[in-house]
Amino acid sequence: MFSSFRFNWLLSTAALAPQICVVGSGPAGFYTAQHLLKHHRLARVDIYEKLPVPFGLVRFGVAPDHPEVKNVINTFTQTAHSDRCAYYGNVTIGKDVMVKELQRAYHAVVLSYGAEDNRILGIPGENLSGVYSARAFVGWYNGLPENRDLKPDLSSETAVVLGQGNVALDVARVLLSPLDILRKTDITEGSLAAIACSKVKRVWLVGRRGPLQVAFTIKELREMINLPGTRPLLDPADFTGLGDVIKDIPRPRKRLTELMIKSAREKPGEKEAALWASATKEWGLKFQRSPLEVLPATDGKQARGIRMAVTRLEGSGESARAVPTGEVEELECGLILSSIGYRSLPLDSSIPFDPKLGIIPNSLGRVQGAPGLYCSGWVKRGPTGVIITTMNDSFDTAQSVLEDLQTGVLNLSNSKEGFKSVRSILHSRGVHPVTFSDWEKIDAAEVARGKLAGKPREKIVDPQEMLQLISH
Amino acid sequence: CPYTGCRCSTGTLVAVAQLALTSCNLFDSSADRVTVHFINRDGERLTATAKEGESLLEVVVNQNLSIDGFGACEGTLACSTCHLIFEEDVFQKLDAITDEELDMLDLAYGLTDTSRLGCQVCVKKAMDGLTVQVPAEVADMRRELEVGKQSK
Repeated sequence: MFSSFRFNWLLSTAALAPQICVVGSGPAGFYTAQHLLKHHRLARVDIYEKLPVPFGLVRFGVAPDHPEVKNVINTFTQTAHSDRCAYYGNVTIGKDVMVKELQRAYHAVVLSYGAEDNRILGIPGENLSGVYSARAFVGWYNGLPENRDLKPDLSSETAVVLGQGNVALDVARVLLSPLDILRKTDITEGSLAAIACSKVKRVWLVGRRGPLQVAFTIKELREMINLPGTRPLLDPADFTGLGDVIKDIPRPRKRLTELMIKSAREKPGEKEAALWASATKEWGLKFQRSPLEVLPATDGKQARGIRMAVTRLEGSGESARAVPTGEVEELECGLILSSIGYRSLPLDSSIPFDPKLGIIPNSLGRVQGAPGLYCSGWVKRGPTGVIITTMNDSFDTAQSVLEDLQTGVLNLSNSKEGFKSVRSILHSRGVHPVTFSDWEKIDAAEVARGKLAGKPREKIVDPQEMLQLISH
Repeated sequence: CPYTGCRCSTGTLVAVAQLALTSCNLFDSSADRVTVHFINRDGERLTATAKEGESLLEVVVNQNLSIDGFGACEGTLACSTCHLIFEEDVFQKLDAITDEELDMLDLAYGLTDTSRLGCQVCVKKAMDGLTVQVPAEVADMRRELEVGKQSK
């Protein structure tokens, strides 16, 4: 089926170069671009990004102590170096140039701008000092410019993370990791200094449902269990009878649950017992607790605890629902991180957007009711999944674009100017795009600064400093 | 290189010969050569000549095989994009799987009982003629269903 694309373009009498634009330079944007460039010999792909620097959540989301996950940057860099690909950073679609203007300049526009916001708890006290979204906290330690002044309050002993996904584990791990490990990563200098003064000794990951509904995955859990200097606090009672329930479930969920059961119920081996005995920090999982209210301290401004509803489960497996029992519990804590999901925002009033699902309505990546408009990644599917999920999804959207090029749904006889027309629009609005080689200068500077500190890089967190570096 | 099938980027004969002499054992080249077939997602068979000891990921990368998105994390057990499906009898003879590999394999699309990660399986002489399947992705399956629906 796919090889027919390669034959048919040879047969067309006027082989015109499709001009395609991708909005967003994270994994979705780059993988969509990569697939288009590979499977169409003439297509030109321009990738736009609102920050000066590329790579989205690979740079700003993946934890500093997970550098292997960031290896995808190498394949993205290769794509950016293709002579039919161009990167334009420091350009905000929806402000510096509108989607309709992009549609006039390109045959196809792919929206891959991800999820820049987070779901809110919607409970009283959510705006007290000491309460942050995990998304902002991750942005803070990863150098996302908009979160650089977060100044999270790390002065209390107990932190509560609401949510039991991989992001929840990431923030718990960064809060409790030995400094010797963190200081060798690309965590920002500013956040490392703050964590060095942190008083946080205990982190609870709180979920509304039970052990069978945890959203984190086994590699990350294993890492947490083995985190030096820490001990896990898992209540054996939470895992009673689970061994039988998981006998016939799919292997991934089974192994994950078995690891939790083992850590909660089995006596630790000699080595583990010694590590846990000398641990100065601890972390645990609390199940069937749904947040009701963040409780204020006497000054009325600071969080001092959280009140939670005790729930029971109706149904089982992935579709189990947490129902309040009427019982209530309070947990003392001065730091609360809500890790209940990222959320996409509408880019531009002209684009269809489903506010309930937080996605652009689409079918196989084709935006509904908007010919020539496509979407890939989290803004298409919702903000879950790892890089491979986004990769597959992006290839899928790229396939839709390729099909539409082949069948003539995208009419190549309408010639499009691509970046040529966008450049003059940006120029008239005083916007200076950052090129990929400009990024490479910023990259080199970060790596050089990092070398002085024994880190892979020292991220520049001020966009103005980035622009000055490349003399914009 | 006509002896080993290794591809290099330089074009000159001299360079090829030098490369052949330094990186391959010309006198015992047949012992190094292991033929591996990859059935790609679109059904196309990609045949490569591997060196004993190379991982299947290295074979794909070194031979520049056209498998989309293969090996995103570059063999560091941080993704599942080098997922391959083996024939039962070959699968049984592979070196034991570690917990670390299982942890990542568990996240792979289209997981089967004879799945492994290509970055963890090294080519052995006994594997000569091996055929592995690149798994179809979930997204592809949905596309088949969608196309099926539209044609009704």
